Amino acid sequence: MAIKPAEIKKLASLSRLVVDDKTITDVTDRLSSVLALVDQLQSAQTESIDISRPFHIAQRLREDEITESNKIDELQATAPEIYNGFFAVPKMID
Amino acid sequence: MHNFTLAELINGLRSNKFSSVELTQHFLNRIKELNGDYNAIITTTASQALESAISADQRLANGNAPEMCGIPILHKDIFCTNGVRTSCGSKMLDNFIPPYNATVVENFENDGAVMLGKTNMDEFAMGSSNETSFYGPVHNPWALDCVPGGSSGGSAAAISARLAPGATATDTGGSIRQPAALCGISGLKPTYGRVSRWGMIAFASSLDQAGPMARTAEDCAILLNAMASFDEKDSTSVNEPIPNYRSKLDNPINGLKIGIPREYFSEGLHSGTEQAVRNSLVELQNLGAKLIDIKLPSSHLSVPAYYVIAPAEASANLSRFDGVKYGYRCKEPKDLEDLYRRSRSEGFGEEVQRRIMIGTYCLSAGYYDAYYGKAQQVRKLIQQDFSDAFKSVDLIMGPTCPSPAFKFGAKGNDPVAMYLEDIYTIATNLAGLPGMSIPCGQVDGKPVGLQIIGNYFNEERILNVAHQFQQSTDWHNHMPSELA
Repeated sequence: MAIKPAEIKKLASLSRLVVDDKTITDVTDRLSSVLALVDQLQSAQTESIDISRPFHIAQRLREDEITESNKIDELQATAPEIYNGFFAVPKMID
Repeated sequence: MHNFTLAELINGLRSNKFSSVELTQHFLNRIKELNGDYNAIITTTASQALESAISADQRLANGNAPEMCGIPILHKDIFCTNGVRTSCGSKMLDNFIPPYNATVVENFENDGAVMLGKTNMDEFAMGSSNETSFYGPVHNPWALDCVPGGSSGGSAAAISARLAPGATATDTGGSIRQPAALCGISGLKPTYGRVSRWGMIAFASSLDQAGPMARTAEDCAILLNAMASFDEKDSTSVNEPIPNYRSKLDNPINGLKIGIPREYFSEGLHSGTEQAVRNSLVELQNLGAKLIDIKLPSSHLSVPAYYVIAPAEASANLSRFDGVKYGYRCKEPKDLEDLYRRSRSEGFGEEVQRRIMIGTYCLSAGYYDAYYGKAQQVRKLIQQDFSDAFKSVDLIMGPTCPSPAFKFGAKGNDPVAMYLEDIYTIATNLAGLPGMSIPCGQVDGKPVGLQIIGNYFNEERILNVAHQFQQSTDWHNHMPSELA
């Protein structure tokens, strides 16, 4: 399926990415060639195939117990910005 | 010392021919001297390695040390390593220092193995040439103007150049087997669920699987013994008994039934690669194996199905990289939306962004059934093909990839040309089966890989046949001319 530059803008927004006007033609062309590849799937006869259970293995469950200790300082040490023990982001509401 | 196999190094340590400190220092010197030619290693952990080697020597002296104790190895930079940068080949994680070890790393540490450093890779394991790494491409030791394959190209090139005797790697669509083939080494992708994915940065969770790379099948067996474990922390880890993968290496292969899929010898396969693979099949016949023609009729749909399922899972997995909790953050974001979008666009490379957008497209309203649902149905057809084939054969063999190592930039700007590099490897990931590549010949002085696919949890049989092949051939002992 061919994709149009306007759809790429929407897709970039959904993907939380930026596609600028300089590269949009290249991005559109390359994405279209990948979509042409995956369109080959449409030729497959799959009407009778049930995918409600893709594997014959049951999901393993565990007891609802606390297994980890609080490692907030260790984990937040890798964050770009921390404020009073919280992850800090730019102001969202004026 | 760098020309010894891992198995020989284990014996050398135990017979006091050298210590782990001497061995580690030897490989560190070699990395310092040669890595600039290959760019195979992103981070070297010299002082930590020597500390580990001192402890390993003490443990060896005390007796009863595990097999891997004192052996230097490299980890692909996709495995989290406590206190050591784990970049996944991306600007996004250039500053990321994990506070914990991946289970695979922990298993090796518990055994006393020595980590020399972290290997280069395609960004977030998305690529078949190592050209997408933020840290620059890896050069193939067999031809420096050629790619090493990907995504585990750094691990493969490092072993080929004798910078380490073994390394960890991961395979989502061929990322262990294809670089192993292009660099003339052995690499095994185990059954999905055999090796823990915990602490391995996720690309496509239903396909990702860690495995070993080394020069020989025997060395891969030793590494897999250390890597394989049931892990409560990985919800798809399978609690199946783990054999000693070395124990059946010497079994004869008389009567072995090898399936040869006609679809793996079709248009697009380099004639030299085909000849090398067919010669190796004759060699296996001489060892007593029977060759049986089989069909895998849905295999032409494996690349299209993969390029829906893998990007769909990647778009979800990579949503965690948002400039808030870890990794790259853009400068002076004007609001939260701007923070997310610019951090991701500046932090991810072009191929990663393309796959995120493909995945988002395939999962979006109106397209989900046509793409994602359809791809999952096709995945089941591919699984069925293999289960039908394994009713009449023990293993399936063919080429690992369509041609030997290609030059940098040869696939140009066409992503699909690069995706077709994995045409023979992707189906096993979709089915969750184990697969291995071993060196089986050369074309124009560049290595060719033979792919061996087994049934679920049949790694022992794959390793046995690969080892027997390596007992009667010497392709695994060939080395790049400038190293000889």
